[in-house]
Amino acid sequence: MAVNVKTISDDELFFGHKACQGCGGALAVRIALKILGRRSVAVVPAGCMSAVGFNYPQLCFANNAIISTFAGTASMMTGIEAGLRALGKKDFQVVGIAGDGGTGDIGIQALSGAIERNDNVLYICYDNEAYMNTGTQKSTLTPFGARTTTTPVATNAHGNRSYKKNMFEIVAAHGIAYAATASVGYLPDFMKKVEKAMSIQGTKYLHVIAPCPTGWGVKTEDCIEVAKEVVDCGLWYLAEFENGEFTLNKDFKEFSSVENYIKKQGRFKHLSDEEIDLIRKSRDDKWKFINKYFNKVTK
Amino acid sequence: MKVELLKRDIDKLSDIPFAPFAKPGHTTVNSGFRTEKPVCDRTKCNGCSLCYLYCPDGAIVKDGKGIKFDLGFCKGCRICKKICKKGAISFEVEK
Amino acid sequence: MARKFLSGNEAFAYGVKKARPHVISAYPITPQTTVVEALATFVTKGDLKSEFIHVESEHSALSAAIGASAVGARTFTATSSQGLLYMAECLTYASGGRFPIVMMNANRSVALPWNIYGDQRDSLSLLDTGWIQAYAKDAQEAFDLALMSFYIAEHKDVSTPFMANLDGFTLTHTYESVEIADDKTVDEFLPAFKTENKLDLDDPKNLGFSAGPDTNTEFKYLEHIGVQNTVKVILECEDRFYKHFNRRYTGLVEDYRCDDADFVIVTLGTVAGLVQDVVDALRAEGKKVGLLRLRYIRPFPNEEIAKALKNVKAIGVLEKDISFGNEGTVYTNVNSALKKANLTLRSSNYIAGLGGRDISKDEIKDIFNDLKDSDSKVKFIGLKGE
Repeated sequence: MAVNVKTISDDELFFGHKACQGCGGALAVRIALKILGRRSVAVVPAGCMSAVGFNYPQLCFANNAIISTFAGTASMMTGIEAGLRALGKKDFQVVGIAGDGGTGDIGIQALSGAIERNDNVLYICYDNEAYMNTGTQKSTLTPFGARTTTTPVATNAHGNRSYKKNMFEIVAAHGIAYAATASVGYLPDFMKKVEKAMSIQGTKYLHVIAPCPTGWGVKTEDCIEVAKEVVDCGLWYLAEFENGEFTLNKDFKEFSSVENYIKKQGRFKHLSDEEIDLIRKSRDDKWKFINKYFNKVTK
Repeated sequence: MKVELLKRDIDKLSDIPFAPFAKPGHTTVNSGFRTEKPVCDRTKCNGCSLCYLYCPDGAIVKDGKGIKFDLGFCKGCRICKKICKKGAISFEVEK
Repeated sequence: MARKFLSGNEAFAYGVKKARPHVISAYPITPQTTVVEALATFVTKGDLKSEFIHVESEHSALSAAIGASAVGARTFTATSSQGLLYMAECLTYASGGRFPIVMMNANRSVALPWNIYGDQRDSLSLLDTGWIQAYAKDAQEAFDLALMSFYIAEHKDVSTPFMANLDGFTLTHTYESVEIADDKTVDEFLPAFKTENKLDLDDPKNLGFSAGPDTNTEFKYLEHIGVQNTVKVILECEDRFYKHFNRRYTGLVEDYRCDDADFVIVTLGTVAGLVQDVVDALRAEGKKVGLLRLRYIRPFPNEEIAKALKNVKAIGVLEKDISFGNEGTVYTNVNSALKKANLTLRSSNYIAGLGGRDISKDEIKDIFNDLKDSDSKVKFIGLKGE
């Protein structure tokens, strides 16, 4: 039976951390570790989650946890898994918890290597769509139009000019054992995917949208709502990749308004109608691809 | 299993481990993040525990048929208030 | 005890095989490749039970090794030149984390310009990274150093990663007869790796955390003490090695006929073998010359150098690196040792062997000749004329 709010463990394995109020990333990590359990070994690179939880003498992970170099999350995970196996340890989970920058930019090489080796590890990317820990600089997963400190809004440019890199499809192209997208706005779906990933041998990748109210310019209490809306308006999709096939977990006859999603965030406030049209078109292009190649879950 | 509120001395050289490794633990509460504290109306609460699930800080615990707030670690983000379908959670100014 | 005809790399690989690391993670780079190839063969044939990780870069090689060491596994990696510099971020990570990883470094020049041959610019430019650094002279020492490095690094008073340096091509790829120790004696010499500094499934820990201004100095001080402690552990290890294998090593330096010498060449690595031959030839002519080989550069043998050179008239530090705009790094370190002991003998610097350029016996003879009235200006040996 899939884990739910009633059956989920009461253990708090990520507790007392100094993340911002309403941090989507902290929620994703807290929930994932509850499901992964006490015998999980967490590898956390430079980023929000390590910065808020690993300042000696204040250490906020109740399970085994170690900070990796920024580029080395996946390779450190590989080494830990090999070491534990060589020492004859059993019944453990090695989990990496990295941000979008640590995954798609500086960490992509090591991640690619781990997938190629099919190391038995679970890699979770909590995606707040910029380098939030260092004050909101652009990453390759920052969406089109977003204002960041390195893509400011001024005469020469109107926020980020490139489109969000699709890490889910990149890891799928490696032929990974299991990959899935998720959002903290659809927490039960994320929880199910963490549980499923645990049961699979080989390299697993979970990509969870985790809004950062500080960097996105939304109210802290709206974190979950905006994480739900990004899925409902089609700019993010909930899907899985397994056995060489994509499956869409949630289909929409009609999307909610992209404009509503965009306008309620401070980082997009400056966008013109034409730019919002571009964003809507990029969504439509993506869903043409999804409709053509993804299996749909039939009720 | 939860990270303890233990106090760790770091005043003497002998307090410092020879390498950066230590048991988990922390020394400070997070109540300073907020200006208002959460309150639950038990008559409205149906014990669905969604607030417990969605709290990024794990500052809500299940308590019998309802919930209880860990006021040492609530940062006052109000996700709980937003997520509650029964309007059972409100925030009031702390004295 | 068996004898095998092995290259320096193969000898080191045999040493690692006998030490039985739990995890090996390495990325190929000339002239290190034959070490990892040998280890991959041992593992695949079932002669060595290790987890061999095929990493996709040097940074990942050391990062994976750190991960394995962080759970209490004995770990080994190897690299050279560009690879060593690429993993530089992980070097301080490993030493600051106090993970006793053993790494063989095939000393090779660093780009630009590109050069695959042996000089010592790679490791000597990284003396501040907190690693123990030893330099082997021949294939027997390479095998022996492989065994001793695990003992020294993993010792509870040291707990510091160990970089064993072999000169690229001149040692990594040249062949000698090497005495290989038997498994049983190795197991008696080298205890299993035990540490508290690890992620433990039965007693969870947090590792690799941040230490701010209030505690950082203390962590670094303790790391400094760890490397200093290495001196006594090296001596203890060599005594233990002698008891088990009947081969005697002489600590952080090897003093060859310095006792009554007027002129001494101070150097490191395989060139010491050449210098030794020249010393013997000149001694036969009645010239009072000697050789001081530095086996360890970190920790630095300050006292041992002062002791060996106290009655010497002049020394020439012969090294395969240059700190641009200043002088050779070994020269800087040696001069500091002399000053600390209030020794005022003349000290000169000879830069040779860059990019794998061969050093000849005549050039060594010329250095000894030059020492009669040399100055402290940096001299590039064999520099092409105008």
